[in-house]
Amino acid sequence: MTFLDDAALERLRCAADAPDLSGTKYAITRELARGGMGTVYEAWDAELERAVALKVVTVPEAIPEGVARLHREARTLAHLEHPGIVPVHDIGRLPDGRFYYAMKLVRGARLDELVATAPRAELLRIFGRVCDAIAFAHAHGVVHRDIKPANIMVAGFGEVLVVDWGLATEKQSPVDGRQSSTPNPASEPSSEIAARADDDTRLATADIRPVTGHGAILGTPGFMAPEQSSGGIVAVDARADVFALGALLQWMLGASGRAAPRANALAAIAGQAMRADPAARYQSVTALAADVEAFLDKRPVSAYPERALERARRVVTKYRAPIVLVLAYLVMRLVLLLVMRERR
Amino acid sequence: MPERTSDFPRTRDSVIAGAASDDAAVRARSLEAIAESYWRPAYKYLRLRWHLEREDAEDLTQDFFATACDRDLFARYDPAAARFRTYLRVCLDSVAKNARAASLRLKRGGGVVHLALDFAGAEGELAGARALEENGPDEFFRREWLRSLFTLAVHDLRILCESAGKSVHFELFDRYDLGAGRATYAELAAEHALPVTQVTNHLAFARREFRRLLLARLRAQCASDAEFREEARELLGVDVT
Repeated sequence: MTFLDDAALERLRCAADAPDLSGTKYAITRELARGGMGTVYEAWDAELERAVALKVVTVPEAIPEGVARLHREARTLAHLEHPGIVPVHDIGRLPDGRFYYAMKLVRGARLDELVATAPRAELLRIFGRVCDAIAFAHAHGVVHRDIKPANIMVAGFGEVLVVDWGLATEKQSPVDGRQSSTPNPASEPSSEIAARADDDTRLATADIRPVTGHGAILGTPGFMAPEQSSGGIVAVDARADVFALGALLQWMLGASGRAAPRANALAAIAGQAMRADPAARYQSVTALAADVEAFLDKRPVSAYPERALERARRVVTKYRAPIVLVLAYLVMRLVLLLVMRERR
Repeated sequence: MPERTSDFPRTRDSVIAGAASDDAAVRARSLEAIAESYWRPAYKYLRLRWHLEREDAEDLTQDFFATACDRDLFARYDPAAARFRTYLRVCLDSVAKNARAASLRLKRGGGVVHLALDFAGAEGELAGARALEENGPDEFFRREWLRSLFTLAVHDLRILCESAGKSVHFELFDRYDLGAGRATYAELAAEHALPVTQVTNHLAFARREFRRLLLARLRAQCASDAEFREEARELLGVDVT
Protein backbone atom coordinates (compact mmCIF):
# COMPACT_ATOMS: atom_id res chain seq x y z
CA MET A 1 0.00 0.00 0.00
CA THR A 2 1.09 3.53 -0.72
CA PHE A 3 2.34 5.47 2.27
CA LEU A 4 0.24 8.57 2.86
CA ASP A 5 2.23 11.50 4.11
CA ASP A 6 0.61 14.22 6.21
CA ALA A 7 -0.17 16.37 3.17
CA ALA A 8 -1.87 13.46 1.38
CA LEU A 9 -3.80 12.70 4.54
CA GLU A 10 -5.09 16.26 4.68
CA ARG A 11 -6.03 16.22 0.98
CA LEU A 12 -7.96 13.00 1.51
CA ARG A 13 -9.70 14.39 4.56
CA CYS A 14 -10.82 17.34 2.47
CA ALA A 15 -11.89 15.01 -0.35
CA ALA A 16 -13.98 12.92 2.03
CA ASP A 17 -15.60 16.06 3.30
CA ALA A 18 -15.98 17.73 -0.10
CA PRO A 19 -19.62 18.36 -1.02
CA ASP A 20 -21.07 16.45 -3.93
CA LEU A 21 -21.75 19.15 -6.53
CA SER A 22 -22.66 16.81 -9.36
CA GLY A 23 -25.83 17.96 -11.03
CA THR A 24 -25.30 21.56 -9.95
CA LYS A 25 -23.76 24.39 -11.91
CA TYR A 26 -20.92 24.72 -9.39
CA ALA A 27 -17.47 23.20 -9.20
CA ILE A 28 -15.28 23.65 -6.16
CA THR A 29 -12.01 25.48 -6.67
CA ARG A 30 -10.69 25.46 -3.10
CA GLU A 31 -11.69 25.56 0.53
CA LEU A 32 -11.72 29.07 1.99
CA ALA A 33 -12.79 28.68 5.61
CA ARG A 34 -14.25 26.14 7.98
CA GLY A 35 -16.55 27.01 10.86
CA GLY A 36 -18.56 25.17 13.45
CA MET A 37 -21.57 24.68 11.22
CA GLY A 38 -20.40 25.15 7.68
CA THR A 39 -17.50 25.22 5.27
CA VAL A 40 -17.01 27.99 2.72
CA TYR A 41 -15.54 27.08 -0.64
CA GLU A 42 -14.51 29.12 -3.61
CA ALA A 43 -16.50 27.64 -6.48
CA TRP A 44 -16.99 28.28 -10.18
CA ASP A 45 -20.48 28.99 -11.46
CA ALA A 46 -20.33 27.41 -14.92
CA GLU A 47 -23.63 28.94 -16.02
CA LEU A 48 -22.82 32.56 -15.27
CA GLU A 49 -19.07 31.99 -15.62
CA ARG A 50 -18.05 33.64 -12.40
CA ALA A 51 -16.42 32.69 -9.12
CA VAL A 52 -18.67 32.53 -6.09
CA ALA A 53 -18.34 31.66 -2.43
CA LEU A 54 -20.29 28.53 -1.61
CA LYS A 55 -21.24 27.87 1.98
CA VAL A 56 -22.13 24.26 2.68
CA VAL A 57 -23.57 23.12 5.99
CA THR A 58 -21.30 20.66 7.74
CA VAL A 59 -24.07 18.99 9.61
CA PRO A 60 -26.17 16.71 7.42
CA GLU A 61 -29.90 16.85 7.43
CA ALA A 62 -30.00 14.31 10.23
CA ILE A 63 -29.66 17.32 12.48
CA PRO A 64 -32.23 19.71 11.04
CA GLU A 65 -31.28 22.70 13.22
CA GLY A 66 -28.04 23.11 11.29
CA VAL A 67 -29.88 23.23 8.00
CA ALA A 68 -32.52 25.55 9.38
CA ARG A 69 -29.87 27.89 10.70
CA LEU A 70 -28.01 28.14 7.40
CA HIS A 71 -31.29 28.51 5.56
CA ARG A 72 -32.27 31.41 7.76
CA GLU A 73 -28.84 32.97 7.43
CA ALA A 74 -29.22 32.93 3.64
CA ARG A 75 -32.68 34.41 3.90
CA THR A 76 -31.51 37.07 6.33
CA LEU A 77 -28.73 38.07 3.95
CA ALA A 78 -31.08 38.07 0.97
CA HIS A 79 -33.20 40.68 2.74
CA LEU A 80 -30.28 42.91 3.58
CA GLU A 81 -29.28 44.62 0.35
CA HIS A 82 -26.43 46.89 1.34
CA PRO A 83 -22.95 47.50 -0.11
CA GLY A 84 -21.43 46.42 3.20
CA ILE A 85 -23.29 43.12 3.37
CA VAL A 86 -22.29 40.24 1.13
CA PRO A 87 -25.18 39.41 -1.25
CA VAL A 88 -26.64 35.94 -1.68
CA HIS A 89 -26.94 34.63 -5.27
CA ASP A 90 -28.47 31.22 -4.89
CA ILE A 91 -29.69 28.65 -2.42
CA GLY A 92 -30.16 24.90 -2.76
CA ARG A 93 -29.55 21.36 -1.68
CA LEU A 94 -26.74 19.10 -2.86
CA PRO A 95 -27.29 15.55 -4.08
CA ASP A 96 -25.75 14.29 -0.82
CA GLY A 97 -28.48 16.09 1.11
CA ARG A 98 -26.39 18.94 2.38
CA PHE A 99 -27.73 22.45 2.17
CA TYR A 100 -25.76 25.26 0.52
CA TYR A 101 -25.99 28.83 -0.55
CA ALA A 102 -23.89 30.75 -3.02
CA MET A 103 -22.85 34.31 -2.37
CA LYS A 104 -20.57 36.94 -3.76
CA LEU A 105 -16.92 35.95 -3.56
CA VAL A 106 -15.08 38.73 -1.78
CA ARG A 107 -11.48 38.94 -2.88
CA GLY A 108 -9.52 40.80 -0.27
CA ALA A 109 -8.15 40.53 3.21
CA ARG A 110 -9.71 40.06 6.59
CA LEU A 111 -9.38 42.94 8.97
CA ASP A 112 -7.17 40.95 11.32
CA GLU A 113 -4.79 40.33 8.43
CA LEU A 114 -4.29 43.96 7.54
CA VAL A 115 -4.60 45.72 10.88
CA ALA A 116 -0.87 45.76 11.50
CA THR A 117 -0.09 47.60 8.26
CA ALA A 118 -3.12 49.84 7.70
CA PRO A 119 -2.87 53.50 8.80
CA ARG A 120 -5.09 54.45 11.71
CA ALA A 121 -7.21 56.77 9.56
CA GLU A 122 -7.88 53.85 7.20
CA LEU A 123 -8.81 51.60 10.12
CA LEU A 124 -11.28 54.20 11.35
CA ARG A 125 -12.72 54.52 7.84
CA ILE A 126 -13.21 50.75 7.80
CA PHE A 127 -14.79 50.96 11.23
CA GLY A 128 -17.21 53.58 9.93
CA ARG A 129 -18.21 51.35 7.00
CA VAL A 130 -18.78 48.43 9.37
CA CYS A 131 -20.99 50.68 11.50
CA ASP A 132 -22.97 51.65 8.38
CA ALA A 133 -23.65 48.01 7.50
CA ILE A 134 -24.58 47.03 11.04
CA ALA A 135 -26.81 50.08 11.46
CA PHE A 136 -28.58 49.11 8.24
CA ALA A 137 -29.12 45.59 9.55
CA HIS A 138 -30.43 46.93 12.84
CA ALA A 139 -32.85 49.16 10.96
CA HIS A 140 -34.20 45.95 9.43
CA GLY A 141 -34.44 44.23 12.79
CA VAL A 142 -31.36 42.03 12.39
CA VAL A 143 -28.65 41.75 15.06
CA HIS A 144 -25.35 40.28 13.83
CA ARG A 145 -24.10 38.93 17.20
CA ASP A 146 -20.66 37.89 15.98
CA ILE A 147 -18.85 41.06 14.95
CA LYS A 148 -15.11 40.45 15.11
CA PRO A 149 -12.05 41.19 12.95
CA ALA A 150 -12.20 37.83 11.16
CA ASN A 151 -15.75 38.62 10.00
CA ILE A 152 -14.81 41.86 8.27
CA MET A 153 -13.44 41.73 4.75
CA VAL A 154 -11.75 44.58 2.95
CA ALA A 155 -11.87 44.06 -0.81
CA GLY A 156 -9.44 45.23 -3.46
CA PHE A 157 -11.06 48.61 -4.08
CA GLY A 158 -11.48 49.40 -0.40
CA GLU A 159 -15.01 47.99 -0.11
CA VAL A 160 -15.75 46.84 3.41
CA LEU A 161 -18.07 43.87 3.89
CA VAL A 162 -19.40 42.28 7.04
CA VAL A 163 -19.57 38.51 6.59
CA ASP A 164 -20.76 35.46 8.49
CA TRP A 165 -24.29 36.29 9.53
CA GLY A 166 -24.79 32.77 10.83
CA LEU A 167 -25.54 33.93 14.35
CA ALA A 168 -27.80 36.79 13.35
CA THR A 169 -31.15 37.15 15.02
CA GLU A 170 -34.24 38.80 13.67
CA LYS A 171 -36.18 40.73 16.21
CA GLN A 172 -37.90 43.98 16.91
CA SER A 173 -35.27 46.56 17.70
CA PRO A 174 -35.58 48.14 21.14
CA VAL A 175 -33.84 51.18 19.75
CA ASP A 176 -35.81 52.21 16.73
CA GLY A 177 -38.80 49.98 17.28
CA ARG A 178 -38.92 48.77 13.69
CA GLN A 179 -40.12 45.28 13.03
CA SER A 180 -38.10 42.74 11.12
CA SER A 181 -38.90 42.73 7.45
CA THR A 182 -38.21 39.03 7.16
CA PRO A 183 -40.69 36.26 7.79
CA ASN A 184 -40.44 35.08 11.35
CA PRO A 185 -39.41 31.52 12.03
CA ALA A 186 -41.50 29.73 14.57
CA SER A 187 -40.75 30.86 18.06
CA GLU A 188 -38.71 28.47 20.11
CA PRO A 189 -39.13 27.75 23.80
CA SER A 190 -37.78 30.51 26.00
CA SER A 191 -35.63 28.10 27.91
CA GLU A 192 -33.92 26.92 24.77
CA ILE A 193 -30.22 27.38 25.09
CA ALA A 194 -27.79 26.92 22.25
CA ALA A 195 -24.11 26.41 22.76
CA ARG A 196 -21.23 27.43 20.58
CA ALA A 197 -19.23 24.59 19.18
CA ASP A 198 -15.79 26.16 19.52
CA ASP A 199 -16.13 27.75 22.93
CA ASP A 200 -18.00 27.10 26.07
CA THR A 201 -20.14 30.18 26.09
CA ARG A 202 -23.87 29.92 26.28
CA LEU A 203 -26.62 32.26 25.40
CA ALA A 204 -30.19 32.20 26.44
CA THR A 205 -32.60 32.96 23.66
CA ALA A 206 -35.31 34.33 25.83
CA ASP A 207 -36.94 37.08 23.87
CA ILE A 208 -35.25 36.72 20.55
CA ARG A 209 -36.27 34.68 17.59
CA PRO A 210 -33.07 32.77 17.08
CA VAL A 211 -31.71 32.26 13.61
CA THR A 212 -29.45 29.83 15.33
CA GLY A 213 -30.25 26.45 16.74
CA HIS A 214 -28.67 23.58 18.61
CA GLY A 215 -24.90 23.45 18.40
CA ALA A 216 -24.78 26.91 16.84
CA ILE A 217 -21.90 29.29 17.16
CA LEU A 218 -23.10 32.05 19.38
CA GLY A 219 -20.44 34.66 19.65
CA THR A 220 -16.74 35.06 20.22
CA PRO A 221 -15.19 35.69 23.64
CA GLY A 222 -13.77 39.18 23.86
CA PHE A 223 -16.32 40.56 21.43
CA MET A 224 -19.43 39.28 23.17
CA ALA A 225 -21.57 41.53 25.32
CA PRO A 226 -22.03 40.30 28.90
CA GLU A 227 -25.73 39.73 28.35
CA GLN A 228 -24.82 37.54 25.35
CA SER A 229 -22.25 35.45 27.16
CA SER A 230 -23.91 35.25 30.56
CA GLY A 231 -26.28 32.46 29.65
CA GLY A 232 -28.99 34.07 31.72
CA ILE A 233 -32.52 34.65 30.56
CA VAL A 234 -31.86 38.10 29.23
CA ALA A 235 -32.56 40.00 26.08
CA VAL A 236 -29.91 40.29 23.40
CA ASP A 237 -30.65 43.26 21.20
CA ALA A 238 -28.87 45.71 18.93
CA ARG A 239 -26.83 46.96 21.85
CA ALA A 240 -24.97 43.65 21.89
CA ASP A 241 -23.60 44.67 18.48
CA VAL A 242 -22.74 48.10 19.92
CA PHE A 243 -20.65 46.29 22.54
CA ALA A 244 -18.93 44.18 19.87
CA LEU A 245 -18.18 47.28 17.81
CA GLY A 246 -16.65 48.90 20.88
CA ALA A 247 -14.51 45.80 21.38
CA LEU A 248 -13.56 45.97 17.71
CA LEU A 249 -12.52 49.61 18.06
CA GLN A 250 -10.50 48.82 21.15
CA TRP A 251 -8.88 45.90 19.36
CA MET A 252 -8.01 48.15 16.41
CA LEU A 253 -6.37 50.67 18.74
CA GLY A 254 -4.29 47.96 20.37
CA ALA A 255 -3.52 45.88 17.33
CA SER A 256 -2.44 48.72 15.05
CA GLY A 257 0.52 49.17 17.41
CA ARG A 258 0.99 52.89 16.83
CA ALA A 259 0.68 55.69 19.36
CA ALA A 260 -2.33 57.77 18.38
CA PRO A 261 -3.01 61.44 19.04
CA ARG A 262 -6.16 61.86 21.11
CA ALA A 263 -6.06 58.16 21.86
CA ASN A 264 -7.88 58.86 25.12
CA ALA A 265 -10.94 60.03 23.25
CA LEU A 266 -11.03 56.94 21.05
CA ALA A 267 -10.52 54.71 24.08
CA ALA A 268 -13.40 56.51 25.79
CA ILE A 269 -15.64 55.87 22.78
CA ALA A 270 -14.74 52.17 22.90
CA GLY A 271 -15.27 52.16 26.66
CA GLN A 272 -18.68 53.79 26.33
CA ALA A 273 -19.73 51.18 23.77
CA MET A 274 -18.49 48.36 25.99
CA ARG A 275 -20.29 49.24 29.20
CA ALA A 276 -21.55 46.14 30.98
CA ASP A 277 -25.00 47.63 31.34
CA PRO A 278 -26.62 47.88 27.90
CA ALA A 279 -28.51 50.99 29.04
CA ALA A 280 -25.19 52.76 29.73
CA ARG A 281 -23.83 52.11 26.21
CA TYR A 282 -24.50 54.08 23.06
CA GLN A 283 -28.10 53.18 22.39
CA SER A 284 -27.52 52.71 18.68
CA VAL A 285 -24.70 52.02 16.26
CA THR A 286 -25.53 55.33 14.61
CA ALA A 287 -24.71 57.18 17.85
CA LEU A 288 -21.44 55.28 18.16
CA ALA A 289 -20.52 56.01 14.55
CA ALA A 290 -21.39 59.69 15.05
CA ASP A 291 -18.89 59.92 17.91
CA VAL A 292 -16.17 58.28 15.81
CA GLU A 293 -16.97 60.69 13.00
CA ALA A 294 -16.76 63.60 15.45
CA PHE A 295 -13.37 62.33 16.49
CA LEU A 296 -12.21 62.21 12.88
CA ASP A 297 -13.52 65.76 12.32
CA LYS A 298 -11.66 66.86 15.47
CA ARG A 299 -14.91 67.80 17.14
CA PRO A 300 -15.69 66.98 20.77
CA VAL A 301 -16.96 63.46 21.35
CA SER A 302 -19.81 62.75 23.71
CA ALA A 303 -17.98 59.95 25.48
CA TYR A 304 -15.00 62.03 26.52
CA PRO A 305 -15.19 65.26 28.58
CA GLU A 306 -12.11 67.20 27.53
CA ARG A 307 -9.88 69.22 29.81
CA ALA A 308 -9.18 72.82 28.81
CA LEU A 309 -5.69 72.03 27.51
CA GLU A 310 -6.92 69.11 25.48
CA ARG A 311 -9.70 71.23 24.03
CA ALA A 312 -7.22 73.92 23.10
CA ARG A 313 -4.90 71.39 21.51
CA ARG A 314 -7.77 69.86 19.53
CA VAL A 315 -8.98 73.26 18.34
CA VAL A 316 -5.46 74.23 17.32
CA THR A 317 -5.03 70.97 15.47
CA LYS A 318 -8.40 71.27 13.75
CA TYR A 319 -7.97 74.91 12.76
CA ARG A 320 -4.23 74.84 12.23
CA ALA A 321 -4.25 76.47 8.78
CA PRO A 322 -6.52 79.45 9.58
CA ILE A 323 -4.75 79.96 12.90
CA VAL A 324 -1.38 80.04 11.18
CA LEU A 325 -2.75 82.52 8.60
CA VAL A 326 -4.22 84.78 11.28
CA LEU A 327 -1.03 84.62 13.29
CA ALA A 328 1.03 85.40 10.23
CA TYR A 329 -1.27 88.31 9.47
CA LEU A 330 -0.98 89.61 13.03
CA VAL A 331 2.80 89.29 12.99
CA MET A 332 2.93 91.19 9.71
CA ARG A 333 0.70 93.91 11.13
CA LEU A 334 2.87 94.13 14.17
CA VAL A 335 6.02 94.38 12.10
CA LEU A 336 4.40 97.06 9.93
CA LEU A 337 3.33 99.02 13.00
CA LEU A 338 6.84 98.84 14.42
CA VAL A 339 8.38 99.91 11.12
CA MET A 340 5.97 102.81 10.77
CA ARG A 341 6.64 103.89 14.35
CA GLU A 342 10.37 103.81 13.66
CA ARG A 343 9.94 106.07 10.64
CA ARG A 344 7.95 108.59 12.64
CA MET B 1 -2.29 -12.28 7.78
CA PRO B 2 -2.31 -11.06 4.19
CA GLU B 3 -1.79 -7.34 3.64
CA ARG B 4 -5.16 -6.75 2.05
CA THR B 5 -8.59 -5.60 2.97
CA SER B 6 -11.57 -7.83 3.44
CA ASP B 7 -14.02 -8.26 0.61
CA PHE B 8 -17.12 -6.14 0.23
CA PRO B 9 -19.75 -5.67 1.45
CA ARG B 10 -18.07 -4.82 4.72
CA THR B 11 -19.99 -5.17 7.90
CA ARG B 12 -20.48 -2.06 9.99
CA ASP B 13 -20.47 -4.06 13.21
CA SER B 14 -17.83 -3.04 15.68
CA VAL B 15 -14.78 -5.27 15.53
CA ILE B 16 -14.02 -4.21 19.08
CA ALA B 17 -17.20 -5.91 20.25
CA GLY B 18 -16.46 -8.84 17.94
CA ALA B 19 -13.05 -9.35 19.56
CA ALA B 20 -14.78 -10.23 22.82
CA SER B 21 -17.30 -12.56 21.17
CA ASP B 22 -17.81 -16.13 22.34
CA ASP B 23 -17.78 -17.25 18.71
CA ALA B 24 -14.18 -18.12 17.82
CA ALA B 25 -14.69 -17.34 14.13
CA VAL B 26 -16.09 -13.88 14.89
CA ARG B 27 -13.26 -13.30 17.31
CA ALA B 28 -10.64 -14.26 14.75
CA ARG B 29 -12.15 -12.02 12.05
CA SER B 30 -12.32 -9.15 14.49
CA LEU B 31 -8.74 -9.60 15.58
CA GLU B 32 -7.68 -9.63 11.95
CA ALA B 33 -9.52 -6.36 11.34
CA ILE B 34 -8.03 -4.75 14.43
CA ALA B 35 -4.53 -5.84 13.53
CA GLU B 36 -5.05 -4.63 9.97
CA SER B 37 -5.70 -1.09 11.21
CA TYR B 38 -3.41 -0.97 14.17
CA TRP B 39 -0.28 -2.96 13.47
CA ARG B 40 1.48 -0.13 11.64
CA PRO B 41 0.80 2.48 14.30
CA ALA B 42 1.81 -0.06 16.95
CA TYR B 43 5.07 -0.93 15.22
CA LYS B 44 6.01 2.70 14.63
CA TYR B 45 5.08 3.55 18.18
CA LEU B 46 7.31 0.83 19.60
CA ARG B 47 10.16 1.92 17.36
CA LEU B 48 9.92 5.62 18.15
CA ARG B 49 8.42 5.79 21.62
CA TRP B 50 10.26 2.85 23.14
CA HIS B 51 13.31 3.02 20.88
CA LEU B 52 13.14 -0.70 20.28
CA GLU B 53 15.45 -2.25 17.75
CA ARG B 54 13.78 -3.12 14.49
CA GLU B 55 13.66 -6.87 15.16
CA ASP B 56 12.43 -6.40 18.72
CA ALA B 57 9.67 -4.08 17.56
CA GLU B 58 8.67 -6.57 14.87
CA ASP B 59 8.57 -9.43 17.37
CA LEU B 60 6.67 -7.46 19.95
CA THR B 61 4.10 -6.27 17.38
CA GLN B 62 3.64 -9.84 16.17
CA ASP B 63 3.34 -11.14 19.68
CA PHE B 64 0.98 -8.39 20.76
CA PHE B 65 -1.65 -9.04 18.10
CA ALA B 66 -1.15 -12.77 17.84
CA THR B 67 -1.68 -13.36 21.54
CA ALA B 68 -4.21 -10.60 22.22
CA CYS B 69 -7.15 -13.00 22.13
CA ASP B 70 -5.46 -15.57 24.36
CA ARG B 71 -4.80 -12.88 26.92
CA ASP B 72 -8.38 -11.59 26.72
CA LEU B 73 -6.85 -8.23 25.96
CA PHE B 74 -9.78 -6.91 23.96
CA ALA B 75 -12.41 -8.49 26.21
CA ARG B 76 -11.05 -6.45 29.10
CA TYR B 77 -11.53 -3.18 27.25
CA ASP B 78 -14.06 -0.85 28.89
CA PRO B 79 -15.49 1.70 26.40
CA ALA B 80 -16.60 3.92 29.27
CA ALA B 81 -13.02 4.36 30.47
CA ALA B 82 -11.25 5.42 27.28
CA ARG B 83 -11.24 5.18 23.53
CA PHE B 84 -10.09 1.87 22.15
CA ARG B 85 -7.14 3.58 20.50
CA THR B 86 -5.96 4.91 23.86
CA TYR B 87 -6.49 1.55 25.53
CA LEU B 88 -4.43 -0.17 22.86
CA ARG B 89 -1.61 2.34 23.23
CA VAL B 90 -1.54 1.90 27.00
CA CYS B 91 -1.45 -1.88 26.52
CA LEU B 92 1.48 -1.45 24.16
CA ASP B 93 3.25 0.67 26.75
CA SER B 94 2.72 -2.04 29.32
CA VAL B 95 3.95 -4.80 27.03
CA ALA B 96 7.02 -2.82 26.01
CA LYS B 97 7.78 -1.93 29.59
CA ASN B 98 7.55 -5.54 30.72
CA ALA B 99 9.69 -6.73 27.84
CA ARG B 100 12.31 -4.16 28.68
CA ALA B 101 12.22 -4.94 32.38
CA ALA B 102 12.67 -8.62 31.72
CA SER B 103 15.52 -7.79 29.34
CA LEU B 104 14.16 -10.51 27.19
CA ARG B 105 14.88 -10.52 23.56
CA LEU B 106 11.73 -11.83 21.96
CA LYS B 107 12.52 -14.72 19.73
CA ARG B 108 10.94 -15.30 16.41
CA GLY B 109 8.91 -18.48 16.26
CA GLY B 110 8.60 -20.07 19.63
CA GLY B 111 5.13 -21.37 18.98
CA VAL B 112 3.66 -17.94 18.27
CA VAL B 113 1.40 -17.69 15.23
CA HIS B 114 2.93 -15.27 12.75
CA LEU B 115 1.03 -12.51 11.03
CA ALA B 116 2.21 -11.58 7.55
CA LEU B 117 2.95 -7.94 8.20
CA ASP B 118 4.99 -5.73 5.91
CA PHE B 119 7.49 -4.49 8.47
CA ALA B 120 9.94 -3.40 5.81
CA GLY B 121 7.29 -1.10 4.39
CA ALA B 122 6.42 0.26 7.83
CA GLU B 123 10.11 0.80 8.56
CA GLY B 124 10.40 2.88 5.40
CA GLU B 125 7.52 5.05 6.60
CA LEU B 126 9.18 5.94 9.89
CA ALA B 127 11.11 8.81 8.37
CA GLY B 128 7.95 10.22 6.82
CA ALA B 129 5.89 9.89 9.98
CA ARG B 130 5.41 12.99 12.04
CA ALA B 131 7.91 13.07 14.88
CA LEU B 132 6.64 11.65 18.12
CA GLU B 133 8.31 14.37 20.19
CA GLU B 134 6.39 17.01 18.28
CA ASN B 135 2.93 16.02 19.47
CA GLY B 136 3.31 13.52 22.27
CA PRO B 137 2.65 9.76 22.22
CA ASP B 138 -1.15 9.94 22.20
CA GLU B 139 -1.38 12.29 19.21
CA PHE B 140 1.36 10.38 17.41
CA PHE B 141 -0.51 7.12 17.85
CA ARG B 142 -3.77 8.74 16.75
CA ARG B 143 -2.14 10.26 13.69
CA GLU B 144 -0.62 6.93 12.67
CA TRP B 145 -3.93 5.16 13.24
CA LEU B 146 -5.65 7.72 11.00
CA ARG B 147 -2.97 7.20 8.38
CA SER B 148 -3.62 3.49 8.51
CA LEU B 149 -7.39 4.03 8.36
CA PHE B 150 -7.18 6.32 5.34
CA THR B 151 -4.73 4.00 3.60
CA LEU B 152 -7.13 1.10 4.02
CA ALA B 153 -10.08 3.20 2.84
CA VAL B 154 -8.17 4.20 -0.30
CA HIS B 155 -7.44 0.52 -0.88
CA ASP B 156 -11.13 -0.27 -0.37
CA LEU B 157 -12.05 2.37 -2.92
CA ARG B 158 -9.63 0.99 -5.47
CA ILE B 159 -11.12 -2.49 -5.11
CA LEU B 160 -14.66 -1.16 -5.26
CA CYS B 161 -14.00 0.89 -8.41
CA GLU B 162 -12.18 -1.95 -10.14
CA SER B 163 -14.89 -4.47 -9.33
CA ALA B 164 -17.58 -2.06 -10.55
CA GLY B 165 -15.79 -1.28 -13.82
CA LYS B 166 -15.11 2.26 -12.68
CA SER B 167 -11.33 2.28 -12.75
CA VAL B 168 -11.30 5.67 -14.37
CA HIS B 169 -13.15 7.07 -11.36
CA PHE B 170 -10.37 5.88 -9.11
CA GLU B 171 -7.68 7.16 -11.45
CA LEU B 172 -9.23 10.61 -11.36
CA PHE B 173 -9.49 10.44 -7.57
CA ASP B 174 -5.90 9.29 -7.35
CA ARG B 175 -4.70 12.14 -9.56
CA TYR B 176 -6.88 14.92 -8.20
CA ASP B 177 -7.35 14.17 -4.52
CA LEU B 178 -4.53 11.87 -3.59
CA GLY B 179 -1.55 13.00 -5.59
CA ALA B 180 0.57 16.04 -4.93
CA GLY B 181 0.68 18.71 -7.66
CA ARG B 182 -3.03 18.67 -8.32
CA ALA B 183 -4.11 18.69 -11.96
CA THR B 184 -6.99 20.88 -13.05
CA TYR B 185 -10.37 19.48 -14.08
CA ALA B 186 -9.61 20.57 -17.64
CA GLU B 187 -6.27 18.76 -17.68
CA LEU B 188 -7.85 15.60 -16.35
CA ALA B 189 -10.64 15.88 -18.90
CA ALA B 190 -8.08 16.17 -21.69
CA GLU B 191 -6.04 13.25 -20.34
CA HIS B 192 -9.02 10.93 -20.20
CA ALA B 193 -10.87 12.32 -23.22
CA LEU B 194 -13.87 13.20 -21.08
CA PRO B 195 -15.99 16.34 -20.77
CA VAL B 196 -15.13 18.40 -17.70
CA THR B 197 -18.58 17.78 -16.25
CA GLN B 198 -17.94 14.03 -16.50
CA VAL B 199 -14.68 14.47 -14.60
CA THR B 200 -16.40 16.34 -11.77
CA ASN B 201 -19.19 13.77 -11.70
CA HIS B 202 -16.71 10.88 -11.52
CA LEU B 203 -14.81 12.67 -8.78
CA ALA B 204 -18.01 13.27 -6.88
CA PHE B 205 -18.79 9.56 -7.07
CA ALA B 206 -15.30 8.58 -5.91
CA ARG B 207 -15.36 11.06 -3.01
CA ARG B 208 -18.82 9.98 -1.96
CA GLU B 209 -17.75 6.32 -1.93
CA PHE B 210 -14.47 7.13 -0.23
CA ARG B 211 -16.32 8.95 2.47
CA ARG B 212 -18.70 6.02 2.92
CA LEU B 213 -15.87 3.49 3.05
CA LEU B 214 -13.86 5.59 5.44
CA LEU B 215 -16.80 5.96 7.78
CA ALA B 216 -17.47 2.22 7.54
CA ARG B 217 -13.86 1.56 8.52
CA LEU B 218 -14.12 4.06 11.31
CA ARG B 219 -17.38 2.59 12.52
CA ALA B 220 -15.83 -0.84 12.71
CA GLN B 221 -12.97 0.51 14.79
CA CYS B 222 -15.18 2.14 17.39
CA ALA B 223 -16.61 0.40 20.40
CA SER B 224 -19.81 2.41 20.58
CA ASP B 225 -22.04 4.69 18.54
CA ALA B 226 -21.07 7.60 20.74
CA GLU B 227 -17.38 7.01 20.09
CA PHE B 228 -18.05 6.68 16.37
CA ARG B 229 -19.91 9.99 16.27
CA GLU B 230 -17.16 11.67 18.24
CA GLU B 231 -14.42 10.29 16.00
CA ALA B 232 -16.34 11.21 12.84
CA ARG B 233 -16.79 14.76 14.05
CA GLU B 234 -13.11 15.07 14.86
CA LEU B 235 -12.06 13.45 11.64
CA LEU B 236 -14.40 15.02 9.09
CA GLY B 237 -16.20 17.66 11.07
CA VAL B 238 -19.51 15.95 10.45
CA ASP B 239 -22.25 14.56 12.59
CA VAL B 240 -23.32 11.07 11.61
CA THR B 241 -26.24 9.00 12.69
